[in-house]
Amino acid sequence: MTTILQLIMYGLQLGSIYALIALGYTMVYGIIGLINFAHGDFLMVGAFLVYFLAKAMGGGTLSYPVVALIIIIGMILTGLLGVTTERIAYKPLRKKPRLSALITAIGVSMFLENFPRALPFVGPQPRPFPALFPMNNFNIGGVGTNSVQILMITLSIILMIGLHYITTKTKVGSQMRAVQFDKDAAALMGINVNNTISVTFFIGAALAAAGGVFYASIYPMIDVYMGIWLGTKAFVAAVLGGIGDIRGAMLGGFIMGVAEVLATAVNSDLGYGAGFVILIFILLFKPAGIMGKFTIEKV
Amino acid sequence: MKKLVSILLVLIMTVSLFGCASTGTGSGAAPETIKIGVTLPVSGQSAIAGEYMRNGIELIVDQLKAEGGLDVKGKKMPVEFIYEDNEAKPETTANAYRKLIDQDKVIAIVGPDMSKCILAGGPIAQASKVPAIGTFTTNEKVTQIGDFVFRACFIDPFQGKVMAQYAADNLKATKAAILYNNADDYSKGLMENFIKAFEAKGGTIVETQAYGGADVKDFNAQLTKIKAANPEVLFMPNQFGEVPLQMKQARQMGIEAKFLGGDSWDSPDVPNIAGFDIVEGAAYDAAFSPVDPNPVCQDFVKRYKDKYGVNPNSNAVLAYEAALVVLEGVKNAETLNGQGVRDAMAKITNFPVPSGTITFDETRNPVKGAVINVYKNGTPDYVTTVNPN
Repeated sequence: MTTILQLIMYGLQLGSIYALIALGYTMVYGIIGLINFAHGDFLMVGAFLVYFLAKAMGGGTLSYPVVALIIIIGMILTGLLGVTTERIAYKPLRKKPRLSALITAIGVSMFLENFPRALPFVGPQPRPFPALFPMNNFNIGGVGTNSVQILMITLSIILMIGLHYITTKTKVGSQMRAVQFDKDAAALMGINVNNTISVTFFIGAALAAAGGVFYASIYPMIDVYMGIWLGTKAFVAAVLGGIGDIRGAMLGGFIMGVAEVLATAVNSDLGYGAGFVILIFILLFKPAGIMGKFTIEKV
Repeated sequence: MKKLVSILLVLIMTVSLFGCASTGTGSGAAPETIKIGVTLPVSGQSAIAGEYMRNGIELIVDQLKAEGGLDVKGKKMPVEFIYEDNEAKPETTANAYRKLIDQDKVIAIVGPDMSKCILAGGPIAQASKVPAIGTFTTNEKVTQIGDFVFRACFIDPFQGKVMAQYAADNLKATKAAILYNNADDYSKGLMENFIKAFEAKGGTIVETQAYGGADVKDFNAQLTKIKAANPEVLFMPNQFGEVPLQMKQARQMGIEAKFLGGDSWDSPDVPNIAGFDIVEGAAYDAAFSPVDPNPVCQDFVKRYKDKYGVNPNSNAVLAYEAALVVLEGVKNAETLNGQGVRDAMAKITNFPVPSGTITFDETRNPVKGAVINVYKNGTPDYVTTVNPN
């Protein structure tokens, strides 16, 4: 029993990261119908920015306000990168077939992976990520955990609730939902569609940066390719939950994380594919995902 | 304006993708140039290993430049190394081999460094009668591809045996656990041979856990089971990009077993990323040790350190040695073609290289020993040399 609880704990930890990244996929897809394959790479950029900021601050143990500050700066810079990417790479293709934008997204992803690799101060080698948060191990009823794990799960949930609040309760949020519903009609109602899409990309990329920092705090090794694998897993989580639905992304992320860890414990040879098996079943029986709604396309 | 920006972007993207992949070193396509292909991971998960390999080979390039070319039967010939990225993937390796053989018309191929990659590329070289020499390709099956495939390193059964011997004889361990990558022929090969040798020594393997590829970063589920089995040593024959996180998570969970690994651990990145306290006492076998007093080794280490400021690792040494073997083959070839170079390479005996001497046996595997290193304060400390018997 304790072992199972312990494994679920590890699953939640992994799942909270998947969920946080899945949110970015789902938001962008929900609003402009684009699967932004570069999302995983925003995560990497975020982690690297915070890594360099922490180094610039002198490394070692940083005080909490400084840690919070550099994470927020990292998120803002990554958010701006998201906006810039949208403006340069995706906006010109908004009226073109979706496939063009999709292929562009793959191109952007490759660029974001390989350009930093070619920069001499980044390079291909993995780097140790500094310990930004204090690590204390403790036990709850035989289940071992540590302060970083708990902090990460809590922070992820706070960010997700915050995002939910923004989209459902604020003016920007209702604009986003209006654009999601019908771009042209939203424009006719006086909503600045371009700005709304920019805000979406900003939030998505900033969340990815946060995800990157959390991820790197739990698995303290970063390299320029870290976003590929995480991006794929988070994408599956988003589809699993119903792409385009924010609650679905959260749920999908946690299901993926827990399923993967439990499956690995049952048979370590097969664990890696567990998430994908679940995805196949979901697509077979509920093609729109757990929370997704079917949209009828009128011809 | 827009057009200009987009052209510029396309240029940057192209450059970033191919980066340094196409920078040849010779003076272009002069007819007398000896072209040698090098397949190595420039991008992808193992890009760092590729950098070490290139560093090793560039030392030879420098030397040839200083000497004015390669001395082939009294004639100085320019040598060009053509680097081709294999992204550490078997399919890309096959493409790289095809390109090097069909388009660049190389006389021989050095690399890549991974068993699973040369297993995909090797058959192409074999069919085209172009000799290929893997650098870090320790899996037994590599040289079984055919008589045109060589390797510069020892083989997995030997490595697995060496580590099992060390665990049983030096550490007096009786209970071992294994965490290995089931998507990596190297890792699987060492795992199988460690088990065989360790059980032959009377030990028990209490737990064997796998994970599905280099991208996996979370090993908590596997380690939970390993912890429950309470081993004395934990054998992790995995790539050096994967090992630091495994060590960290194991210690975090409270696993106290001694860590053992294979030659893939031989990189300063392991202690740097895992932390000096976590790698303390961890042991692995390696092709060479930078503190080996052998003068050929010390000369190499000095030249490497002068140029790059750090100690070479096994990736660099083996790429350097593999390239030297090819050049030696070119020098002694009766006819300057793939067949001639192959025959000359197969005849190499007692050829001095930094890690000792190379003599190829009839299956084109070099006969050479392994050193055991143990981490002490974050640096590998040479413990002993184990020779093949």
